[in-house]
Amino acid sequence: MTQTGGHDVLVSAEGVFKHFPIRQGIVFKKEIARVHAVDGVDLTVRRGETLGIVGESGCGKSTLARCLAALHPVTRGRILFEGTDITTMSAAALKAFRRDVQMIFQDPYGSLNPRRRVGSIIGDPYAIHGLADGAERKSRVQELMELVGLNPEHYNRFPAEFSGGQRQRIGIARALALKPKLIICDEPVSALDVSIQAQVINLLKDLQDELGLTYVFIAHDLSVVRYVSDRVAVMYLGRVVENAAGNELYGGPRHPYAAALLSAASIADPDEAERAERIVLAGDVPSPIDPPSGCRFHPRCPKARDRCVTDDPELVAREGDAADHLTACHFPVGRGENLAGEHAAIAQVSTEPDLPEATP
Amino acid sequence: MTSLSELEPEIVPADAAEQRVRGRSPLQLAWARFRGDKVALAFLVILVLIVVFALMAPLWASWTGHPYAATFPKTGLNASGQPIGPSKDFWLGADQLGRDVLVRASYGARISLLVGVAASALASLVGVVVGVLAGYVGGALDGVLARVMDITLALPYLLIAITLAVTFQVQSVAGSLTMTIAVIAFFSFAATGRIIRGQVMSIKQKEFIEAARSLGASRWRIMFVDVLPNLVAQITVLASLLIPTSIVFESTLSFLGVGVRPPMPSWGAMLGEGSEVFQTAWWLLVVPAVLLLLTTLSFNLLGDAIRDAMDPRADRQSGGK
Repeated sequence: MTQTGGHDVLVSAEGVFKHFPIRQGIVFKKEIARVHAVDGVDLTVRRGETLGIVGESGCGKSTLARCLAALHPVTRGRILFEGTDITTMSAAALKAFRRDVQMIFQDPYGSLNPRRRVGSIIGDPYAIHGLADGAERKSRVQELMELVGLNPEHYNRFPAEFSGGQRQRIGIARALALKPKLIICDEPVSALDVSIQAQVINLLKDLQDELGLTYVFIAHDLSVVRYVSDRVAVMYLGRVVENAAGNELYGGPRHPYAAALLSAASIADPDEAERAERIVLAGDVPSPIDPPSGCRFHPRCPKARDRCVTDDPELVAREGDAADHLTACHFPVGRGENLAGEHAAIAQVSTEPDLPEATP
Repeated sequence: MTSLSELEPEIVPADAAEQRVRGRSPLQLAWARFRGDKVALAFLVILVLIVVFALMAPLWASWTGHPYAATFPKTGLNASGQPIGPSKDFWLGADQLGRDVLVRASYGARISLLVGVAASALASLVGVVVGVLAGYVGGALDGVLARVMDITLALPYLLIAITLAVTFQVQSVAGSLTMTIAVIAFFSFAATGRIIRGQVMSIKQKEFIEAARSLGASRWRIMFVDVLPNLVAQITVLASLLIPTSIVFESTLSFLGVGVRPPMPSWGAMLGEGSEVFQTAWWLLVVPAVLLLLTTLSFNLLGDAIRDAMDPRADRQSGGK
């Protein structure tokens, strides 16, 4: 299903499912439902590239990231890291895997232990893997602090004594300590001020050039993703709906959801913003507890037909696209097509109070 | 110009020392806040005096010439056999057997402080271990440990303590002391354990725990290195508040005659014995009662002060200083 096109693939997810059970009862907890957080994702990450993952809140981006980092056991599917399936790894192999894959977290306040000194936090990877002790660890930690633009003399300070941007740099230093091959960034800048965002993103890009890192970069800010990513995957309700090179996706999205998402991004130029057509979708994101049949997007899609209700579209290259431009849609958006004026050919329920219900 | 260059070496180091921001640990900050609490400092002094009073027990005995278990029917009791009140020989009076109340209260302070601190330490240790395991490991282990704690809290502790004392008939002082400490710890650990369990469950959701997991840290390392340091404040407060509870618990047991065995004095036992004749000999109740009150009050206020000092947010809510 996924086409690698001869590229050096570092990670590939094959049909990954992650469901969270909802249980009820005090002693005998009975599963009454499950949240389909990640529901059949195929994805490849090539060595040295940045793969951006975008989508609304609750679409499963962060859960997917945690599955890729082996923090959540997957419900079904395989995740291959350098050809080895991490979902069935032994504890020892998993520990070795953790040296190669690191995470940078969203919340610069929550991701650092407030009761420990910065030097000890950044030195943690060395302590856990028994790589460096005492003076050697300290000098390595100070090198890392310098690398990410922190004052090495602040080794003995507590996280509370740093600003949000500095804390995120601490998180980055910790992630770099073991010289990982892959870094999964889970919304690394969304909790920061815009001016600090640029600093942190540029730091990440510089480090990538310097150290040859591979990133999986999760964000909901489309312009940030566009700036950092070589390829972008768009997620909706636990699925990847479109996966393409960044400029291709931003130039001409093929999936109606991707098109709507991109049309909602703010445009800096007011003249262009005037010309841009907003695609307003009907209704809300359905509950991931009971996702829609067929194409997940059919209850809100302006191009929905009867087939979308029953047939689940595959994530494949569509006619006229590059081989690695994958779209999961029966009726992809054509070049120059105006989605804003289209109406679905099926009944759709709007949850917005003022709008009249769409007629079949 | 020469005067300036002469001054320079004096000014520069002072300036540099001021500019260097020292990273103060949470404990240093807590101590700084604690020092600002005048009431707590006053009760800390009272507590220190009580500890000194307890440590001086053998000295009181040798100065007055009244060992704690010795009876003095000739000097301690008046002609009609009633205990004499505070006087030159018996500074705080004598009890109905003619024993020195001052000396006995001093030995009683040793028992109370020992039982209070030891039972609190034991209960806190067990409570923290159980709470951290239940909260962090979760699953079936949590189910078992949480139910055990619920059951412990629901047990009628006095009935069980009396039953244990009667069943085992411990006669030695050391044996009864150990038994008392164990009984108190057994009935106190669950309160600590439940609070710690809840704290751990909330800490477990923090991203820094996930970060430690993604670094490859083992379960045990995460519990010790990442979870425990975040519990230091709670543990300190809970343990310090458990001391007065344990002291009162010990007094209750001794009052009922199932605590520390006679002739070893204990405040609870003194209250129990004194209550029989308090109409004629008020000092038999007042001395141990005041000591008990002061000790528990000091520990409670100190516990509150430690909580305020360790949790600056609570301080701000109450208006701060």
